[in-house]
Amino acid sequence: MLRLMTLFALLWTLAAPVAAQDVIDTPRASTGGAQTLEDILRRQEGQVIDDGFRSDVTGNPDLAAPMTEQLGTLGGASDPDLWRAFRYSTADITTQNRGPASTTLVQDGGMWWLLFRKGPLLQMTAYLLGGTLLALALFYLIRGRIRIDGQKTGRTITRFKAFERFGHWLLASSFIILGLTGLTSLLGRKVLIPVFGHDAFSVLATGSKWVHNNVSWAFIVALVIIFVVWVAHNIPDRTDLNWLAKAGGLFGGSHPPAKKFNAGQKLIFWAVIILGGSISVTGVSLLFPFEFNMFGHTFSTLNSWGVPGWIGMPDLPYPLQPQEEMLYAQLWHAIVSLVLMSIIIAHIYLGSVGMEGAFDAMGKGEVEEQWAREHHSIWAEEVLKSEPSKSEAS
Amino acid sequence: MKAFLVSLIALVVISVGANQLLVRVGPSSADAGTSVQNVRLSD
Repeated sequence: MLRLMTLFALLWTLAAPVAAQDVIDTPRASTGGAQTLEDILRRQEGQVIDDGFRSDVTGNPDLAAPMTEQLGTLGGASDPDLWRAFRYSTADITTQNRGPASTTLVQDGGMWWLLFRKGPLLQMTAYLLGGTLLALALFYLIRGRIRIDGQKTGRTITRFKAFERFGHWLLASSFIILGLTGLTSLLGRKVLIPVFGHDAFSVLATGSKWVHNNVSWAFIVALVIIFVVWVAHNIPDRTDLNWLAKAGGLFGGSHPPAKKFNAGQKLIFWAVIILGGSISVTGVSLLFPFEFNMFGHTFSTLNSWGVPGWIGMPDLPYPLQPQEEMLYAQLWHAIVSLVLMSIIIAHIYLGSVGMEGAFDAMGKGEVEEQWAREHHSIWAEEVLKSEPSKSEAS
Repeated sequence: MKAFLVSLIALVVISVGANQLLVRVGPSSADAGTSVQNVRLSD
């Protein structure tokens, strides 16, 4: 009897891991392979689950019953199999509509986007734009207006020609209009509808969208103009390192030498070109929905390089459905625009109330000779050698 | 500020011009992907 019990205990001990292995191999045995409560809860918490247990179950034509038998025409796929194929975009769909997204019958890529757009993106907007304004106000209180240190000469030299100023103002005015109309779209539901009501906001949003869509072309044209006329002056060189090391003389009182554009202005130039270019590209992709799919390809390339793993992230989603491409384009367009808005707010401050004599450069095209000697000494020397300065009164 | 005023005029001209051009050319995704015919007999 003792031997029998020992044998039973031994068999039970050996069998236990095998049973456990069965549970691991078929974790959804309790639901017959369908999703479990745990899957649903994980998904509701926004956690990534491996959908392979259902995304791959879309029927098997090899198992199809012969046409001569009952239900043979289903071709080895049940209705749930077909719906799963719709759900994961693996079904072979033919439609009369030739739009690129028309064969996507079910897609669930929009929920996280909607939640992000309603919450974190609006917070980011408030912190970024509000923080920039606050930082500039503090800077103004601490540093005050940057004055021309030396004695003014009463003579001016030409800083920007008419075409340069035209390009700058075309870019500036279009960017401000695009920024305001873009914020109307972004913040309308949360901020404007509670204030103005649905009817008034409807009119505002419709007009705002028309303006945003069409003024975008003026922005793109201006971006090309300022790139062409200023790129040669914005190539980084050794003087920029010295300028940056002295923080442009903002706090020390000294004025590090600079050419036509100092390192700070070069940083703004390249930020405008790169971020503005990126905003333009995503903007055009939003203007022509589903025609330019950039994010799926980019994500795939980044995944192949292992870039997400460098910062401990899982692979970026790929492939993307057409609607998801638009969601990513909208987010990228908004976030990059907000970053550029912050930079431009600082640029507007320094070009107007923040620095004495700076606005004249874009306002009249002529700057006080002493201002030029202090802030762009190398450029001022070159200009004064080639052409004499003019009297302010002339 | 002449350059600024000219840039505002250019902004309006480019915006309205681009809009009119796109409306006339008609690259609407919805139009491009939809048939006006009741029956499509082939691709």
